[in-house]
Amino acid sequence: MELNPYFEFIPSALANTALLTVSALSVGVALGLVVGLARIGPVGWLRAGAAVYVEVIRAVPLFVQILYLYYGVGYLIRKIYVPSPFVSATVAFGICYAAYIAEIFRAGFQSLDRGQAEAARALGMTRRQAMRHVLLPQAFRNILPALGNEGVALLKDTSLASVVAISELTQVGGALTNKLYKPFEVWTIIALCYLALTLPLSWAVRKLEARLRVRGAAHPA
Amino acid sequence: MSAAPLIRLNDIHKSLGGKEILRGISLDVARGEVLCVIGPSGSGKSTLIRCINFLEIPDRGTIEFDGCVVRPDQPLDAHRARVGMVFQRFNLFPHLSVLDNITLAPTRVLGLESGRATKRARELLDRVGLSDREASWPGELSGGQQQRVAIARALAMEPQAMLFDEVTSALDPELVGEVLAVMKGLAREGMTMLVVTHQMKFAKEVGHRVVFLEGGRVAEEGRPAEILEAPKTERLREFLGHFA
Ligand SMILES: Nc1ncnc2c1ncn2[C@@H]1O[C@H](COP(=O)(O)OP(=O)(O)OP(=O)(O)O)[C@@H](O)[C@H]1O
Ligand SMILES: [Mg+2]
Repeated sequence: MELNPYFEFIPSALANTALLTVSALSVGVALGLVVGLARIGPVGWLRAGAAVYVEVIRAVPLFVQILYLYYGVGYLIRKIYVPSPFVSATVAFGICYAAYIAEIFRAGFQSLDRGQAEAARALGMTRRQAMRHVLLPQAFRNILPALGNEGVALLKDTSLASVVAISELTQVGGALTNKLYKPFEVWTIIALCYLALTLPLSWAVRKLEARLRVRGAAHPA
Repeated sequence: MSAAPLIRLNDIHKSLGGKEILRGISLDVARGEVLCVIGPSGSGKSTLIRCINFLEIPDRGTIEFDGCVVRPDQPLDAHRARVGMVFQRFNLFPHLSVLDNITLAPTRVLGLESGRATKRARELLDRVGLSDREASWPGELSGGQQQRVAIARALAMEPQAMLFDEVTSALDPELVGEVLAVMKGLAREGMTMLVVTHQMKFAKEVGHRVVFLEGGRVAEEGRPAEILEAPKTERLREFLGHFA
C-alpha cells in the first residue's frame, strides 16, 4: 500500500534527471566545442573572449548560476520570454559545463601532432576542412573518456535543479518526504536511483578508456 | 620546349624564432626536373621546401609557380592542392583507413565524386605496391608502407610537382629501397620533383641537378656528377665525407 507513491513518482523523476543530463550535456558539448575552438583559433579577440568566459564561469558556484539564470535573468527578460524551469536549467548547466568542456577540447586539440594539420593543409584543405575531417575526429576520440566523466558529474549536479522546481529525483525526494514522513526510506531510494544511473555510466567510461588505450597503441597518432 | 620553369624562387628569406634560416635563395625548377637538395642539419632544407607550398610564409622574396607569383595574402589552398608534399614522419591520418587517407582530399578539395576517387586511389595503391592494404589502418603498416601510402595520398591530388622532405630518414634501412623505388618510378614518368635527401646514391642516379644548401644559402649547384664527385668547396667536400 505504502509503495504506491514511489511507483507513481520515481520513474518520471528518473526520466527527468536523465533527460536534463542529456540535454544539458548536448548544450555543454556544442558550446564547449565552440569556446574551445575560439580559445585556440587565429582571432585575437575571440581567443580573449573565450578565456574570460572560461575563467568567469569556473569562478562562480553552479548553484548560483542556476538561480541567476532562472530568477535573475528570468526576471530581466520576463516581458519578452518566460523560459520553463527545464529550459532555464538546461541552459544554465550547459553554459557552466561548456567552460570545463572547452578546456577539455583545447587540450585535445593541442595534444594532436602538428604534422596532422600540416599534412591536411599541404593537401589543399582549408582550415575548416582540416578541422572537420582530420583534427576534430582525432581530438574527439581522445577526449571521449573525459567527456564521459563530465557527463557523470553533470548527472549528479542535476540535483541542484530541484531549486527551480523541476521534478527530478532530488525534488521528488523532498516532496515524497513531506508526503510520507519517511525520510530515511525516501532518501535511501533516491540515493539508490542516482547510483543506478551513475555506476553503469562510469563503468562504461572506464571500458571506453581502456579500449581507446589499446586501439591508440595500434594506431599511433 | 617549355622554357619557363615550373617553380621559380626569387631571393627567399625566412626567419624562425628570431634566427634567419633562409638568407636569400633563388632557384628554378624546370618541368619534369628532379632537383635534389642536400646540406647539413639546420641548413634550412625543410624550411625551403615548406616555403614552396607556403607551410611557411617567406618573409621576403617571391615564389612563382607555373609562371604566376603566388601571393601569400590570397587563399593558399588552391596552390597547395597542385603541389604534393611527403613528410619525413609520414603524417598519415591515423583515424582513417588507408583508402580513406587517399580519397579524403580529392573528394573534399577537388570535389571528386567518391566512386571515381576510390578508383583513382586503388590505381595509386597498385602503383605503390599496396593493393592488398586498402582496408588497413595506418598504424598496422610498416614505416615503408606508410610512406608509400603518403606518396599515393599526395599523388591522388594529381599535383604538378612533388616535394619530398627526407622521406626515408625515419625508416629502417631495409625499408628505404621500396620508397626510393616508387620515387624513381615517378621521376621516370616526368614528375617535377624537389627532393631533400641524404641518399647520395639516389641523387646521383635519379637527380638531374643537385643543390648544396649551407647556412641558408645555395653554396653549390650543378649536375649530380659534378657536385657529388667533384665538389668545388671545402665545406661540401667535408659534408660529402660523412657519406663516403
Ligand atoms: N618553428 C621554429 N622556430 C624556431 N626555430 C626553428 C623552427 N623551425 C625550425 N627552426 C630552426 O631552423 C633551422 C633550420 O631548420 P630546417 O628544419 O629548415 O633545417 P634542415 O636543413 O631541414 O635540417 P635537418 O636536416 O635537421 O632536417 C634549425 O636550426 C631549426 O632549429
Ligand atoms: Mg629538415
